[in-house]
Amino acid sequence: MFKRLGDTGATLTLTVDGKPIRARIGDTVAAAMLAAGIDHCRTTPVSGAPRAPYCLMGVCFECLVTVDGVGSRQGCLVPVAEGMKVETQLGKREAGR
Amino acid sequence: MLKDAYDVAVVGGGLVGVATAWGLAREGCRVVVLDEGDRAVRASRGNFALVWVQSKGYGLAPYAGWTVRSSEAWAGFAETLKQETGLDVCFQRPGGFHLALSEAELQARADALKRLHNQPGIVQYKAEILDHAAVKRMLPDIGPEVAGGSYCPLDGHVNSLRLFRTLHTALNARGVTYLPDHRVEAITREGGEFQLVTARGTITAGKVALAAGNANMRLAPMVGLEAPMLPERGQIVVTERLRPFLHHPVVTLRQTDEGTVMIGDSREESTDPRGLTIGVSATEASRAVRMFPLLASANVVRTWSAIRVMTQDGFPIYDQSESHPGAFTVCCHSGVTLAANHALTVAPMIARGALDASLVGPFSARRFHVQAAG
Repeated sequence: MFKRLGDTGATLTLTVDGKPIRARIGDTVAAAMLAAGIDHCRTTPVSGAPRAPYCLMGVCFECLVTVDGVGSRQGCLVPVAEGMKVETQLGKREAGR
Repeated sequence: MLKDAYDVAVVGGGLVGVATAWGLAREGCRVVVLDEGDRAVRASRGNFALVWVQSKGYGLAPYAGWTVRSSEAWAGFAETLKQETGLDVCFQRPGGFHLALSEAELQARADALKRLHNQPGIVQYKAEILDHAAVKRMLPDIGPEVAGGSYCPLDGHVNSLRLFRTLHTALNARGVTYLPDHRVEAITREGGEFQLVTARGTITAGKVALAAGNANMRLAPMVGLEAPMLPERGQIVVTERLRPFLHHPVVTLRQTDEGTVMIGDSREESTDPRGLTIGVSATEASRAVRMFPLLASANVVRTWSAIRVMTQDGFPIYDQSESHPGAFTVCCHSGVTLAANHALTVAPMIARGALDASLVGPFSARRFHVQAAG
């Protein structure tokens, strides 16, 4: 759905649910997931409906993901890093994770 | 009787008021509930939602029996509400804990329970002190600092916001008249009926049940009664929704049916419901993390303070007026725990026009005047 405006800049690799995706240095996790064509990053704790990043500025909390084992991180506020492990968050967060 | 008159006017539309009003409607009474507006200081929207037995009754043994009675009636109460409204208030009674974070706290807890249960005439029920290992079998996520705790199988909890909504739904279905923005300014009695004066008009009723929480202190003298209150503030911290991990409520911490963890049990003398003391929230959160270390990474999504309805000695007040026959007070701190009693035991007494002294006699406000009561 989304296309990058240009194709310059250094890249790195992170994984989303174990699958490697390429991202640009400086991307947020949410932007990298959108650019990789991932259409939802979590399901809600209430109804289980899928959700995707929305406001991209830290306000709406739709882009919650598990980053390197820590749940409920806001994907739009976390810069990508080489080797980062991102997981879609299904329903309620697991306590202690 | 005037054609718009009611059998009973319940003053107060919080949990105590609506539970009482629902019970009255079940007895066939024509009931009106006079409430304040949305900005009322309302414990029903800020409470911790325990249906709690252990610890209750030190200093007034019959309060323990009164609490056990409500605890035993709660499952049937919830089921009846579900049949009437289709709404589930999520009552659970898995047994609850009071956790101690040191050997000294555990000893103090054991001593308190011993003093409570040694009182003459107190109802007997199970409440036991467990060590760390025994607690861990039931609460696997406790931290190493938990020395132990007390456990009582009668303790439970409920979704109290849903209880509040459910009782209002049930009242509506039973044809009870609910009048918000009707703060009662004065009550008089003429011709065998009560006139309740509000800024929006005067309501007439054969009986009056004062269930207005801390405001009963202002209202009770209007009908020859008294309700000595001592409001206090409590604060609550709420986490994001987590997968179920805590299968028993702890007196200071519980996981709701929806997954959030509520942390609370502070007491402050302030009666400002808008303020929040950060140090108090921080202490609550810190103790919660020491009890359950996996909470350290949970996000807090809400904090609030609320004003507890509290009588001056902490025990309920149920009274009927001698000077104004037909006027009653229904006043207590534990509006959630005692909701089943108010609906199923107190309301029928009010409908009959007389409190049953064998059940609620010990809770008269006359206890505040030992010498005057002779």
